[in-house]
Amino acid sequence: MSALRSAALRIAAHPVLAFWVFFALFPFIVPNRTMATQVLIFGLLAMGFNLLYGYTGLLSFGHAAYYGLGAYGCGIALAKLHVGSLWLGLAAGLGLAGLGGLVIGFFCLRRRGIYFAMLTLAFAQLLYFIAFHLADWTGGDDGLRGIPQLALGLGPWQVEIGHTLAFYYFAYVLVGLAVAALRRILDSPFGAVLRAIRENTSRAEACGYDVNRVKHLSFVFSACFAGLAGSLDALRLTVVPVESLFWTTSGQTVMMTLLGGAGTFFGPFVGAATFLVLEERLSLVMEAWPIVIGAIFSAFVLFLPRGIWGTLTGGFHGRQSA
Amino acid sequence: MPELSTLLAQVFTGLVLGLIYVLLAIGLSLIFGLMAVVNFAHGALFMLGAYFGVFLLGHTGSFWVALIGAPLMVGTVGLIMERFLIRRLYGRGSPDDPLLLTFGLSLILVEGVKVIWGKIGLTLDPPRALAGAVDLGFMAFPAYRLFLIVVVVAVLIGLYFFLGRTNIGLIIRAGSRDPLMVRALGIDLGRVWLVVFGLGTALAGLAGILAGPMRGAYAEMGVAMVIESFVVVVVGGMGSLLGAVVAGLLIGQVVGLTTLFVPKLAEIMVFMVMAVVLLVRPSGLFGEAGLME
Repeated sequence: MSALRSAALRIAAHPVLAFWVFFALFPFIVPNRTMATQVLIFGLLAMGFNLLYGYTGLLSFGHAAYYGLGAYGCGIALAKLHVGSLWLGLAAGLGLAGLGGLVIGFFCLRRRGIYFAMLTLAFAQLLYFIAFHLADWTGGDDGLRGIPQLALGLGPWQVEIGHTLAFYYFAYVLVGLAVAALRRILDSPFGAVLRAIRENTSRAEACGYDVNRVKHLSFVFSACFAGLAGSLDALRLTVVPVESLFWTTSGQTVMMTLLGGAGTFFGPFVGAATFLVLEERLSLVMEAWPIVIGAIFSAFVLFLPRGIWGTLTGGFHGRQSA
Repeated sequence: MPELSTLLAQVFTGLVLGLIYVLLAIGLSLIFGLMAVVNFAHGALFMLGAYFGVFLLGHTGSFWVALIGAPLMVGTVGLIMERFLIRRLYGRGSPDDPLLLTFGLSLILVEGVKVIWGKIGLTLDPPRALAGAVDLGFMAFPAYRLFLIVVVVAVLIGLYFFLGRTNIGLIIRAGSRDPLMVRALGIDLGRVWLVVFGLGTALAGLAGILAGPMRGAYAEMGVAMVIESFVVVVVGGMGSLLGAVVAGLLIGQVVGLTTLFVPKLAEIMVFMVMAVVLLVRPSGLFGEAGLME
């Protein structure tokens, strides 16, 4: 255990480098390369959620909204508006998710404490119903189909990303940049204020910080990370199912982060990998696999609230004050 | 414009839906008010109420046994949840943990029901005495729905007297205002928590068995209901029972009337009302600003 712990601490000390090295080799470690890409994408989604919950202390139960907005933004730009460039598609997804975070964050931050979780959940459901009925743009119940996997324009070169491994490394570079961006945010004075708010909101307020504005900005950043994850998943699947916006996506994000360890840098990726492996193995042997996932998750909340990575490295457990 | 009788029928349908919301929202609000626990499993317990109703009706053949028994069974599940699981989280000082735990438990309940009763929904027949329609003079209305209105109103009146006129009701109200002081007076709040959690979840079970004859029993029936009940609680003001009643009836009418005029917008309007209330009165219609945040 102590050898494992010291290895984990060494990784935690150089998180961005560790990410680049580990995930460069990752598709050759896991048996299933599709799952390797899923770990990257859902890890990124959970990482965005973690910025808000683990580092700012705000429990969002509606991250499906930003993941879905990212997916639809990218998908609609490429399949309906025919923008003709992957970069523009990704920018549309990121922009729409960020805008969604700006507007919904404004509403949700009007109430503090436990209301926040319920409000984020409610607004995500609102978007789900809108997407469901706006079938001309979103494909409604059938999902948005026919997203082209265009070649990636890199200056004079055109890189094909259709192959599973090529797509993995495409996602790897973008997620790696997001990981570096998150590290930069957390290491900045702004990142320190986030943790101050998490530890003691009233004291942060008394120190003169505009707490609501900082929370709102954290909300928007978090939505952008989730939106990038959604855009990438739309490109991976070439389809956006309307369930992307459903509350189950939010619940899955919460579970992944908590399993891995909220408030730890790698927890979301550890949690995403754990969740996806469990899902794959369990669904082979039983139909009611969510029972086992639900039981494991409940047991973690009760007995291992720091999650896997957090228990190894000693991370944050829950918000300390309302 | 639809005819007046259609409009009136829809107002009554909205009233029935609104009363189901009221039962759920009061349970959520009671539990939150006293324990600061947001019970995410409330929708799953609502669903369980309908299934227990089907089970009891199937074994005893009596709707009345099911109507009394199902809420008691759901309340018992609630008691077990509080006593053996949620109670472990109170001392931790991290207020999101109960919400997370009840989320996990709701997954177990929903999937467990599918394992036991199958994935296909079941029907629940109302008793023969309530099968037809009643002529109200200006329109005919299903007898079962009238019966539902009477039952819920009776339960609400009962709750009003229980909370307002009995000793334990006094302790519950005091406990949600100042738990420390109640404890200092030598009252064992742990037992009060258990009572309130059992009562709140039994109300969810009652809502489930009452809704059963109208919509049947299926595993996912609680999901939309719990989210809409959260909306009701936010609109009414968390911890305010009057707020839960008014907001529940309001949201019921919003859904009922939008279904009549613009069916596609029915689900969306619920959330729009919430957004407007948040803009105009962030603490909810009857909530006190800053209370229970």
